[in-house]
Amino acid sequence: MKQIMSVLVENKAGVLSRTAGLFARRGFNIESLAVGETEDPTVSRMTIVVEGDERTIEQVEKQLNKQIDVIKVKLLETDAATRRELILIKTNATQQNRGEVIDIATIMNAKIVDLSRATLTVEMCDRPERVDLLIDMLTPYGIAEIARTGMIALQKGADAIRK
Amino acid sequence: MQMISGAQAMVKCLEAEGISVVFGYPGAAICPFYDCLGQSSIRHILTRNEQNAGHAASGYARVTGKPAVCVATSGPGATNLFTAIATAYADSIPLVAITGQVETGLLGRDVFQEVDTTGAAEPFTKYSYLVKDASDIPRVFKEAFYIASTGRRGPVLIDMPVDVQRQLINFRYPQEASIRGYKPRFRGHAVQVKRVAEAIRAAKRPLLCVGGGAIAAGAQKQVRALCEAVSLPAVSTLMGIGALPAGHPLYFGMLGQSGGCAANEAVAESDLLIILGARADNRAMAKPDQIEAATAVVHIDIDAAEIGKNLGTTIPLVGDAAAVLEQLLEQSPRGEWGKWLEWLRARRAREAAPAAAPPRAGCVDPEAFVRLLSAKMEPDAIYVSDVGQNQIWSAKNCAVRDGLFLTTGGMGTMGYALPAALGAKLACPGRQVVAVCGDGAFQMAMMELATANQHGVPVKLVVMRNDMLGMVREIQQREYRGRETAVALAGGPEIGGIAGAYGVPFDRIDSMEEAGAAVERFLAADGSYILECVVDPREETR
Repeated sequence: MKQIMSVLVENKAGVLSRTAGLFARRGFNIESLAVGETEDPTVSRMTIVVEGDERTIEQVEKQLNKQIDVIKVKLLETDAATRRELILIKTNATQQNRGEVIDIATIMNAKIVDLSRATLTVEMCDRPERVDLLIDMLTPYGIAEIARTGMIALQKGADAIRK
Repeated sequence: MQMISGAQAMVKCLEAEGISVVFGYPGAAICPFYDCLGQSSIRHILTRNEQNAGHAASGYARVTGKPAVCVATSGPGATNLFTAIATAYADSIPLVAITGQVETGLLGRDVFQEVDTTGAAEPFTKYSYLVKDASDIPRVFKEAFYIASTGRRGPVLIDMPVDVQRQLINFRYPQEASIRGYKPRFRGHAVQVKRVAEAIRAAKRPLLCVGGGAIAAGAQKQVRALCEAVSLPAVSTLMGIGALPAGHPLYFGMLGQSGGCAANEAVAESDLLIILGARADNRAMAKPDQIEAATAVVHIDIDAAEIGKNLGTTIPLVGDAAAVLEQLLEQSPRGEWGKWLEWLRARRAREAAPAAAPPRAGCVDPEAFVRLLSAKMEPDAIYVSDVGQNQIWSAKNCAVRDGLFLTTGGMGTMGYALPAALGAKLACPGRQVVAVCGDGAFQMAMMELATANQHGVPVKLVVMRNDMLGMVREIQQREYRGRETAVALAGGPEIGGIAGAYGVPFDRIDSMEEAGAAVERFLAADGSYILECVVDPREETR
């Protein structure tokens, strides 16, 4: 199963490598990890998607909590979270099929952000499964390169992680 | 306020933490600190290798129950120290390790004696600091001692660039450390304590399994009080030896691969296993899935991450071993376990029947020797065991009463006993301290005989001599069709010659007939003393 973990950590040097190192050392599988500053500049939030059975997820949570630099760990249920990922896809769109790529982008609510004679770059910010769908739809046109941020998420409703 | 250097601040921090002894080895990148240390009242013990400074600090910390300090320079000094830091991490021993580092401006440029110390040590330190501004020194030291000594104890590393040691600061030592991501739980959750008490009451065949966490918490008294109050039987892990005194009617020995039959049968037969401060590793419990299928498991540990890691747990309880046992004792969890105790006693009686063959001519029976030695030792003596066959012979035969059994069960680092015994003796000069090692480990640590001489710390050392890496040989005999590879320790040395070179009195025995008198001379000696016991290289731990 896939588990989303929202983790508040001290915003200082070494914390990312400590946390990533923990996953590697203990053989936990990270599907994605995104990190950025929060409303409090001394605190960063890591959004980690972990693949594993229930016992593994429990261990990951405990090992994260054990880290001195980890302030709070919250497991987020997929349905109870607003989830987003940003992707940039550079497609090998030619003059002949450029229109089709633009159609797909429009339907998917994506934006065209760069253009050259041989390529067209599409940007989308959406749920990870929609991002996967966009990649799938654009693959036939040839993909030159992709950059994606990994998922970030916040729990829905009035509750916040520190309350 | 007068400004002081970072190095002076470091010494002031150690003084504020009540540190009177540090173990270490100097070098260029830690010179400013050493210069100030030399002018302070703190005693410095110069070991002959950084690794042994760490082990000596470990022995010191285990006896005092407080963090001990070891120091090394940058690069090779730090990497030599790593084995000791990793050992302390695996065995949950509170250390504060201070390393010198190259100038901050040169960090990351692979200059002379530079290594990424905090990066490399990250997997086996509880926490680490690279101090880039001397004004952080007071806070960092306060936090380091706090982290090392609370929760699940362990080593904390402070890496100090040499220019930071020279930087001038205004010094004020904080009263307390406050770390928002670190709030260790001491007392057990009341609801969980009640659940555990109810499970014990309802059990037909409960068994307490005491690990090193109980010793680290100094919970020997509480273990005994609970077991005796409700007649709860107990076994221990290697690290838990001594939690109940040897020969106690409710103690059924050490479990695990190298443990006793009675203890392992007790675990297999129990319907409630109460693990107290143990990680349930593969040496203690080879098949955790079988145990969790057969019995309910209560796991009490100060480190929540240990619970459910290796062994599925029915009831988790997070807290300090001594505190939780006191809480449990208040619940008075009694049951009807008369038949169970009878069954256990029958198993133990069967185990006690002597099965050992008489030792071969010209050799000492190592197990009988350990029984003899520990029987003649003082009741509160500290027995420091090394690693290998001698560790198992010691663990199974050393009768710990009010004393301590110190060994490295988690890391299994050869060469631990001699420096750890040195540290232990320094911590309590009035107590009897005996180290037991094999001839392999002796050659990894024998240079510390000079340290013992130089600093006037008497070290009593038994060397079990078989010119063999006996434990590895056993594995090769069992699992590699008896092909012995790289286990014969040919080439000497004569241990008596080494003892002579360091001016240490020496004796050698090769039969049990002489053992009694030799042990008495060994224990009666005032200063350092080495007793060599010739052991058959084919001897096994069984």
